[in-house]
Amino acid sequence: MSTWARLPAVARYALLVAAILAIWQAYVTLGHVQPLLVASPLDVAGAAWADLKDGQLEKATYNTLINLILGMIVGTLIGFALASFAVFSRIGQDLLTVLTSIFNPLPSIAILPLAMIWFGLQPKSIVFVVALATIWPVALNTDNGFRTISQTTQLAARNLGLRGWRLVTGVLLPAALPSIITGVKAAWAFGWRTVVAAELIFGVAGSAGGLGWYINNARYYLNTSNIFAGLVVISVLGILVEGMFGFIERRTVVKWGMKRAA
Amino acid sequence: MVVAEDVAVDYLNPAHHGRTTAIEDASFDVRRGETFVIIGPSGCGKTTLLKTIAGFMRPTRGKLLVEGHPAREPGPDRAVVFQDFDQLFAWRTVRDNVVYALRVARNTPVRAAREKADAMLALVDITRAADKYPHELSGGMKQRAAIARALALEPTMLLMDEPFGALDMITRNQLQIELKNIHRRTGVTIVLVTHSIQEAIYLGDRVMVMSRHPARIREIVDTHDQSDVESPRFAELTGKLRELLVHRDQELDVPEEAVL
Repeated sequence: MSTWARLPAVARYALLVAAILAIWQAYVTLGHVQPLLVASPLDVAGAAWADLKDGQLEKATYNTLINLILGMIVGTLIGFALASFAVFSRIGQDLLTVLTSIFNPLPSIAILPLAMIWFGLQPKSIVFVVALATIWPVALNTDNGFRTISQTTQLAARNLGLRGWRLVTGVLLPAALPSIITGVKAAWAFGWRTVVAAELIFGVAGSAGGLGWYINNARYYLNTSNIFAGLVVISVLGILVEGMFGFIERRTVVKWGMKRAA
Repeated sequence: MVVAEDVAVDYLNPAHHGRTTAIEDASFDVRRGETFVIIGPSGCGKTTLLKTIAGFMRPTRGKLLVEGHPAREPGPDRAVVFQDFDQLFAWRTVRDNVVYALRVARNTPVRAAREKADAMLALVDITRAADKYPHELSGGMKQRAAIARALALEPTMLLMDEPFGALDMITRNQLQIELKNIHRRTGVTIVLVTHSIQEAIYLGDRVMVMSRHPARIREIVDTHDQSDVESPRFAELTGKLRELLVHRDQELDVPEEAVL
């Protein structure tokens, strides 16, 4: 085994990131690049630090996360409801099929102009499109999860006299958890892209601007470093959330042997 | 306990767009405290019969009474032990599987449920695995846990659907011995479905032999008190059941698993 492979994973990744940053910094410093086009890592760090200190970046991040979380809560609950309805009735199944066929291929960001007419230039519009982006992956995966629960598990539950709501919460939901987590992960991925895109479009008029607005605003004033700073925050948050999902999976479905460790 | 009169069960067969009769003209009774074994070639409908007693299905014709009442719904008074390991809830530890069953099926208070669960786990000798999750257990241990969960409910009868079918021979024999002991100690009525002749004679007080397509009762054989596998009587019964199962079956595609 090479020296590289023997290093712990964290160290390997950290070294790679450091190398990329070094090359980037060298390119900007030594290449005499126009700073309006590409900011160096040090400039980006400086800009991010300044905006974190005066709370601007922090506020933008907070606004984005609030819109995302609200949208995801609404979308996930509707998704669960649709999937539960689909499990218990034929018409529910058909409704889910029809709705997902219509809406799933539609990038929910395309609904934003309509949402702006309905709800105005308010965070409500963003929450609406995020919810729309998250309903379908949650509903489809949860439905699939319910449907693939082993026959024996269901019989064992019915043997205990479980039915209706208690059957759903006591057995169906935990038994379908691997698929539900997959659905929520997909919903997060869609929702995250949607919220940033929505803020980019929305941005100018937003009083409670998020990260998309922050980036667009920085472009307006040609603050290239701040554009990069916004991008870095988006990327870092993405990594953190992925890590959070990994943690949840290790504590639940992996621990229960329902999913193999990654 | 169970009285069946001319029971027939049909099921919808999507492949043939029609109804297939799984069981025809089944009349039998299960007596309190006995181990009643249903044996037959695989796919003959013996599991369907057990599911009907459990209340998962209803008889299409005839009458099936459990403790004097038609079994319309499944319930913890007829606790089922299945062959598949995923009858245990994967997200609960072995102890919590038993505790949860007692909580939802019998409304047992938490403390009492825990005490009862521990007693049951001790009965089936898996106390050391109480805090493990099902996927961490061997097949035999999982079946022990399932039996503990079923017995904890204090059912009027224990319905077992090839409970040892997925286990290796050694584990299987060991669990047969223990089930016999448990039966002796608890006196619970057991209805057991199997396709092993040896298991049927060893565990059963009476063995109901079924034919197939559709399943009809061929004979109910008295096999009580056969714990010596080497005895001449055991050999005689083995011959008799094999004769009933195999040689009188006109069909040529008798599965090998039915032959001991």
